[in-house]
Amino acid sequence: MEFPKDLKYTKEHEWVKVEGNVATVGITDYAQDSLGDVVYVELPTEGGSVTKSEPFGVVESVKAVSDLYAPLSGNVAEVNDAIVDSPEAINDDPYGDAWMIKIEIGSPDELADLLSADEYQKFIEEEK
Amino acid sequence: MARFLTRLTVLTLKKTPLFEIHKSHGARMVPFAGWEMPVQYSGVIDEHRAVRTKCGLFDVSHMGEIEVSGPGALDYVTSIMTNDIRRVVDGQCQYTLLCYEDGGVVDDCIVYRFSKERFLFCVNASNADKVFEWMLAQDSKGAQIENHSAQYAQIALQGPAAVDVLGEVFDINPDKIKHFHFYIGEIDIDGDTAEALVSRTGYTGEDGFEIYLAPQDAAPVWTSLMEMGKDYGIQPIGLGARDTLRLEMGYPLYGHELSEKITPIEAGLKKYVRPGRKFSGHSVLERQIRDGVEKTLVGIKMIGSGIPRAEYEVRFKGEKTGWITSGTSSPSLSYGIGMAMVEPHVGVPGTELEVIIRDRAVKAEVTTLPFYKK
Repeated sequence: MEFPKDLKYTKEHEWVKVEGNVATVGITDYAQDSLGDVVYVELPTEGGSVTKSEPFGVVESVKAVSDLYAPLSGNVAEVNDAIVDSPEAINDDPYGDAWMIKIEIGSPDELADLLSADEYQKFIEEEK
Repeated sequence: MARFLTRLTVLTLKKTPLFEIHKSHGARMVPFAGWEMPVQYSGVIDEHRAVRTKCGLFDVSHMGEIEVSGPGALDYVTSIMTNDIRRVVDGQCQYTLLCYEDGGVVDDCIVYRFSKERFLFCVNASNADKVFEWMLAQDSKGAQIENHSAQYAQIALQGPAAVDVLGEVFDINPDKIKHFHFYIGEIDIDGDTAEALVSRTGYTGEDGFEIYLAPQDAAPVWTSLMEMGKDYGIQPIGLGARDTLRLEMGYPLYGHELSEKITPIEAGLKKYVRPGRKFSGHSVLERQIRDGVEKTLVGIKMIGSGIPRAEYEVRFKGEKTGWITSGTSSPSLSYGIGMAMVEPHVGVPGTELEVIIRDRAVKAEVTTLPFYKK
């Protein structure tokens, strides 16, 4: 299982890639593996806003429904509509093709709450 | 604290004799009906397709087995079943419901008829103790009723290639076992001969067999089937795909489509109820056949985007008409399917309904069962 060092993570199993004032968000390798085959994704609309720790969307595997939690607050600058049509990308390429939304960072202070790859890996070891 | 309790529960779960084998296949294990069971190996969709196109092996050792024997056995069994075991011959088995006097379902099960004086009930794991207690509480008519669950492991071999794989492992000509018939087969294990009950039954909609055997024989038989099945593309299959396979066929699952508050008539299982004689629940079921029911089970196919899940509300023209009993994204059809308990007037195939998914009314349609047709 991979946890790229250049990404930040949350305890809700999202990853965040910060570039300037834009944060790209997806779910981690651990999250997609725990879910199993992803068959459905619901994402917010562009131009809306998301709030840190609040649900911004839903992923469903064959068996289960899981909320997606926003790692940061801000406006939704871009949405990856391609994964709505092919949700299996979330299993195949969670850190690449299967990014979910891009957030215009509203409160830069919140960045401090994100976990490093090492901290996240330690967290999931404890959770097992 | 929550974590400690979880650990404690895990420790008390029962393990089937195939537990170590599942781990070696890379299974993800989950608690199910008091057992630690494999929910998936390679992935639900991959496993599902393997059973539809090749064949799969399931550990269903958690199922319960109750034996009824003695001179009163036939009369007793006839008096507790909604179906009529007198209509089949020795060596056949029959699907039936067991009902309380009010028509609610105790369990659904398969009854194996060895002779007029010996029957074996295969019951749901989650209900095994409850069914046994209930069976003991009925008038035994002199029959002996024994819970033999601990004496059996069970393996299901399902899929179009199941018949070929079975023939490679057992000394049986599988073509001779007709649908809902069984044989006692022999298998050589390290020079010793072991016996197994093999029936042409299953819960997937594919051709296949269910194999009942002594717990100590489960691991060697599983291993032989996996080895001999290699050329046929055999795969181990978890509970996840077992559920999607049965759902595509519209087969009921106790706790969802069947319960103490749902009768077989409401669940659309009238053909397994043989009225005109006395059996537990007969008067309520006969009345429902005659006068109709207040709720009825239907198949639902999503038209809008979304996956129906158990307990979601179902509406007809904006008004609540019932609830989803089970639902999933169908691996064979690639859209959302489910079963729903609704008012009979909306139960006609083609009727447009709405499923409430996260406060949104999503368009769906009543459809005939099974969802998946070959």
